[in-house]
Amino acid sequence: MTAHSASLMTAGSPRPDRLPAQFPQLLPADGRPAGLPAHLAAHGPLPYRGSAGRLIADVRESGLTGRGGAAFPAGRKMAAVAAAGREPVVVANGAESEPLSEKDVTLLRYSPHLVLDGLQLAAEAVGARRAVLYLHDDGSLHGRLNEILAERRSAGLDRTATDLVLAPPRFLSGQETAAVNVINGGPALPGFTPPRTFERGVGGLPTLMQNVETLAHLALIARYGAPWFRGAGTAVEPGSMLCTVRQAGGGSAVVQAALGTPLGDLLLLSDDVQAVLVGGYHGTWLPAGQARRLSLSNTALRPAGASAGAGVLAALPAGSCGLAETARVARYLALESAGQCGPCLNGLPRIATALGTVAWSRPDNRVTADLGRWAGLAERRGACHHPDGAVRFVRSALQVFAAEIRCHQRGACTAAAGQPFLPVPAGPADESDWRAPR
Amino acid sequence: MSQQLRVNPIACTGHGLCAELLPELITLDEWGYPVLDGRPVPRGLGGAARRAVASCPALALQLSPAP
Repeated sequence: MTAHSASLMTAGSPRPDRLPAQFPQLLPADGRPAGLPAHLAAHGPLPYRGSAGRLIADVRESGLTGRGGAAFPAGRKMAAVAAAGREPVVVANGAESEPLSEKDVTLLRYSPHLVLDGLQLAAEAVGARRAVLYLHDDGSLHGRLNEILAERRSAGLDRTATDLVLAPPRFLSGQETAAVNVINGGPALPGFTPPRTFERGVGGLPTLMQNVETLAHLALIARYGAPWFRGAGTAVEPGSMLCTVRQAGGGSAVVQAALGTPLGDLLLLSDDVQAVLVGGYHGTWLPAGQARRLSLSNTALRPAGASAGAGVLAALPAGSCGLAETARVARYLALESAGQCGPCLNGLPRIATALGTVAWSRPDNRVTADLGRWAGLAERRGACHHPDGAVRFVRSALQVFAAEIRCHQRGACTAAAGQPFLPVPAGPADESDWRAPR
Repeated sequence: MSQQLRVNPIACTGHGLCAELLPELITLDEWGYPVLDGRPVPRGLGGAARRAVASCPALALQLSPAP
């Protein structure tokens, strides 16, 4: 497990005054976890609609998309589950496994009632009788959430029974089909689709799985309406999202930013920054100069080969070696492969080893040629998107740090042996931890 | 209706029979796993494609209507 130490809207969130004031605040303004009385005082009681289906139109109109990374329209997903014909299950996915991301755990710690409200409302909207909150075991959070669930039960807030299920400490635990497997009592291994989760998921039933932040937005949309949600963000990508921002100078913060916010308002992009990683370890490296011209939206980022994803942003300081950083992360990603699919099982360790040669030896042209070929062989041939994300990350490094590769070929890098900048958890201890702690 | 080949990469263990039976559409990568050429199965190769599907020891090769 990674240590979560995000500070809220404090150090490391430059110029918060430039964010529009009206957008829905997911995290408490006073920086203290919102208990039930404070939550009810701020937002009022749960606005149940009295029948299934009625919230879905509002969610569609709001333009809310999934905040777990895939940005799938939330209303369309809800409509698909509601139309599946059998009584569905709703899952709040809080098992963020990306080592750079801290926004889901921060949201669960500071605004748990907003997430649980959203889970209840989503359950009512699709006609579910069972709800699950799925998250990593970080030592204290799940115990606290169990207390909160009991508190809500005794206050009579929740109409749908909610179970808490713990995710194994693996990178792929939050992947949708892996999460379904864990909730069904199995290991955190991705499955082959179809069937899709919305057709056949938990207990074989149609399953609505939404990221915890998506549900928190949903709880606000249900109260304040779609037009209010659209008051922030862009016309194409409305609303706001939580971002985990890691500055080149160190330290990370979880900030809420409107879609369309310039990346330079979130990250301090001074001359001491050489590159920006957008989207975490399945994401994309961008040169700092390019990042300065881009904003937090898929419209802006997709032409650059990146996406807003789950809002993970990191600025790499000039004194770090991007190739060494990438090689360490690539090794971690290879170790976190579920090992089920041949191209991922064979490709990722070879890619990671070759990157190690690029970072710490004098790579000849054969190494870079191997890297390009293995990237092509690993891509789009797995059951899940793990190899695709790893390849996107590695390819962008080979482009952005191309000049650095030539330095390494001459034996000229002095930074590669320096302190790592990006956090890389130790690999899996043994095979048993694919299973959830009980 | 045109048909499309697909591999379930979890089930596939790289026996490689498919590439022997249907070299026109399937090659093997350097680790022995099938690489499909991605096009719908052309008329005239339908029989060979069905044989390759039926022969896969891992039941990993699938034939379904092209999207």
